Amino acid sequence: MAFNIYDFTTLTHDIHVGLAESFSPFLATTIEWVIVGVVYLLFVALFGLFLVYAERKVCAAFQQRLGPTRVGPWGIFQTIADFIKLLMKELIMPRKADWFLYNLAPFIVIIASFLAIAVLPFAPGLQALDFDIGVFYLTAVSSVGVIGILLAGWSSNNKFSLIGAMRSGAQILSYELSVSLSLLTMVVFAGTMQFSAIVEGQRDAWFIFSGHIPAIIAFVIFLIAGTAETNRGPFDLAEAESELVAGFHTEYSGIKFAMFFLAEYINLFIVSAVAATVFLGGWMPLHFGNFESFNHVMDFIPPVIWFFMKVLTVIFIIMWFKWTFPRLRVDQILTLEWKYLLPINLVNILLMALVVLTKFHF
Amino acid sequence: MSEIREVIVKTDRLATDKYQVNMGPQHPSTHGVLRLLVTLEGEKVLNVQPHTGYIHSGIEKMCEAITYPQIIHLTDRMDYLSAHMSNEAVALCVENALQIEVPDRVKYIRTIMDELTRLASHQLWWCVYGMDLGALTTFFYGLRDRELILDIFEETCGARMTVSYNTPGGLMFDIHPNFQKRVKDYIKYFKTKLPEYDKLLTGNVIMRERTEGIGYLTLEDAIDFGVTGPSGRASGFSSDVRKHQPYSAYPLVKFNEILDHRCDSLARYEVRILEMWESISIIEQLIDNIPEGDYALKMKGVLKLPEGEFYQRVETARGEFGVFIVSDGKKNPYRIKFRSPGFSNLFALNNMAKGHKIADLVAIMSTLDLIIPDIDR
Amino acid sequence: MKSFIEYIVSIFKGVWTLLIGMKVTGKYVFTPWKHVTHQYPENRDTLVMFERFRGEVIMPHDANNEHKCTGCGICELNCPNGSIEIITKSIVTPEGKKKRLIDQHIYHLGMCTLCNLCVKACPTGAIVMGQNFEHAVWDRAKLTKVLNQPGSKISEGVKE
Repeated sequence: MAFNIYDFTTLTHDIHVGLAESFSPFLATTIEWVIVGVVYLLFVALFGLFLVYAERKVCAAFQQRLGPTRVGPWGIFQTIADFIKLLMKELIMPRKADWFLYNLAPFIVIIASFLAIAVLPFAPGLQALDFDIGVFYLTAVSSVGVIGILLAGWSSNNKFSLIGAMRSGAQILSYELSVSLSLLTMVVFAGTMQFSAIVEGQRDAWFIFSGHIPAIIAFVIFLIAGTAETNRGPFDLAEAESELVAGFHTEYSGIKFAMFFLAEYINLFIVSAVAATVFLGGWMPLHFGNFESFNHVMDFIPPVIWFFMKVLTVIFIIMWFKWTFPRLRVDQILTLEWKYLLPINLVNILLMALVVLTKFHF
Repeated sequence: MSEIREVIVKTDRLATDKYQVNMGPQHPSTHGVLRLLVTLEGEKVLNVQPHTGYIHSGIEKMCEAITYPQIIHLTDRMDYLSAHMSNEAVALCVENALQIEVPDRVKYIRTIMDELTRLASHQLWWCVYGMDLGALTTFFYGLRDRELILDIFEETCGARMTVSYNTPGGLMFDIHPNFQKRVKDYIKYFKTKLPEYDKLLTGNVIMRERTEGIGYLTLEDAIDFGVTGPSGRASGFSSDVRKHQPYSAYPLVKFNEILDHRCDSLARYEVRILEMWESISIIEQLIDNIPEGDYALKMKGVLKLPEGEFYQRVETARGEFGVFIVSDGKKNPYRIKFRSPGFSNLFALNNMAKGHKIADLVAIMSTLDLIIPDIDR
Repeated sequence: MKSFIEYIVSIFKGVWTLLIGMKVTGKYVFTPWKHVTHQYPENRDTLVMFERFRGEVIMPHDANNEHKCTGCGICELNCPNGSIEIITKSIVTPEGKKKRLIDQHIYHLGMCTLCNLCVKACPTGAIVMGQNFEHAVWDRAKLTKVLNQPGSKISEGVKE
């Protein structure tokens, strides 16, 4: 099997041909699905663990201290130790809670995250689903996660969980609008909703450079709305509320809490990956139009590494937001969306449409 | 048709219930063991009733069994962030009762240590306030700066927070030879860090949105409740003991009393930041001019106060702290009463928090800078 | 129109203050080697506490196992909460005089508030504040210490 780190299509093609030769088409397809599922599961689990560790180390760097240092060299096994501890906890359930919905809620949140990861292009050839309505599909399935949160709050039979879940639900629903509109701005610029075509279209210059002002405004709005979507950073009133309400996952313990926790970090990865793909070029190296030698040098780094570098940069910026700003109150969160972000977004789409029509871009 | 009209009429008069919630004694954001019984209607706070006494240790009663120099180490533990000022209050009260005058060196050192304690207390207040609002890095920046002040205390007095440095008649031992250099280096360092506090939190638009217009305390209410200290000065209540009844070396220094008339949380915040600048300026005026002399007067082995009642007030970081001693001529006081600033400040919380949302209640309580052992004694 | 201009200006001002805040924390995150924390159990070899630090009360003995405590009991009188108990014994000197010697200087570390009054009051300087602060034990009885070591005696020339 040819393993070309610059282009994974040869690898996937060889696997597909190999399986089709030895098994019936139905069995070959099923085995491919299983392989893809297992690879994504492993990736999500490992990257989630890495992100938790990275957050603790980055948080420590902001606060002029070292993070975890004792469990393993530089503390890299800290998250594994925390995970083992969570596994060993007793799974308690409130007495009058609705058993089915209570147990279903964490799964819905994780499933929504998995559905969204499937369309992200990691490298040429490493993309599970390549719809021609990719962006539209992404915004649709990311809304499924809200159901999980509302179910968690409702089925816990705890009025404070319900308040927290309602607030969180209202916040996520409002910021879905901003996320979709800023993605729509770039779809107007790219002319297509298919992720692989969007990435291909950035071969000459990333969209944030070629779509100058409207693209930068859309990027900033997407970052803000993305952190609000994941209940992170200055918008974490629903769960880090140190007052009365402890959030929608109060009544969850052990592995179910770990699922909510992991889903939050995976959502962070998804928001960053979408930002990196649509604004910063996905797996496309940094090219500037006509500088052939510069582009050639940039091509030496494999696209997979480019993708992860961009994702980690956006994740770092989102973490920077969290550790610098105080929390917003819930009515201020909704004011920010409906009175500030939404009008700016609408004006921005008009601006981008003007830019595309008059071809006033690079 | 008539059934529909009936249903509409019934749902017009939906009553929302009032419910009571306990922000219990164990809570991450009441700074100590304080129980608040909050009556809510939806999100709005209708009434806040504090219940204190969870950390009552009987300090005033304990003081009746020990002698005057031994009372000092107990006053450390009440308002532990202004430990030196509480010690000084008892020492001054006993000295005034015995009508003795301490040497000038003692006065200067006491005032410098007072202002350092005020800086440390305001730094801790700032870092905890940022943490309550959600900006978690401010906690570490404030503590990082406070550690250096605690090192200064540790080198001179031996203890970091509960210093027990004063005794009636002077100080326990002379300052360490490194003291002046350390304090001067610290002032130079801190002057570069205090503008950072402003950039990180004070100017921040999120912080302003959460504190402007929140927690209004009128001047009349401040005087009625006896809210002294920075919380009262933010409402315009000019009550600084250092200006009205100066003690130790305060008559010799020039400083401003920071008054603000906006009466809201942002005013209380800014008054404390400006007070930090004033403390720096007071220390700068005094640190180079400490006169030579004794560090304590020679006192008798067993101190007996004359019969009568004696009162002394000092300005701690929270407000006016008062020591009232009733003596019947023996070596133990007959009754000692501490007027704690936190007790009066706490009970103005009800007026300030009425009508605001739950999320504001913690932010308002944090601007009052409460230390619960000071309230309960 | 005026409120519209105020709206736009408020957006820019707000974003500017947020960026200034990010600059302050950014200065620290990009220099993580300048952390201000000590790595405590690993730095025990190089950790030097200040000489006046109040860790516990100790009675220094010199090379001949001699101390300066005369058993006068002034420290016991000055202690606010009874953390010191002095047990003395009487011996008869060769000249026939009765002399008081210290038998046991019991110190309850569990009750001591480290207020320093005993050290200040001692007329001979027999007790001082030590700098050891690691006092955690599994058995509470170990917190009651006898400060004068067995077989030690008072050194010559210590005034009563």
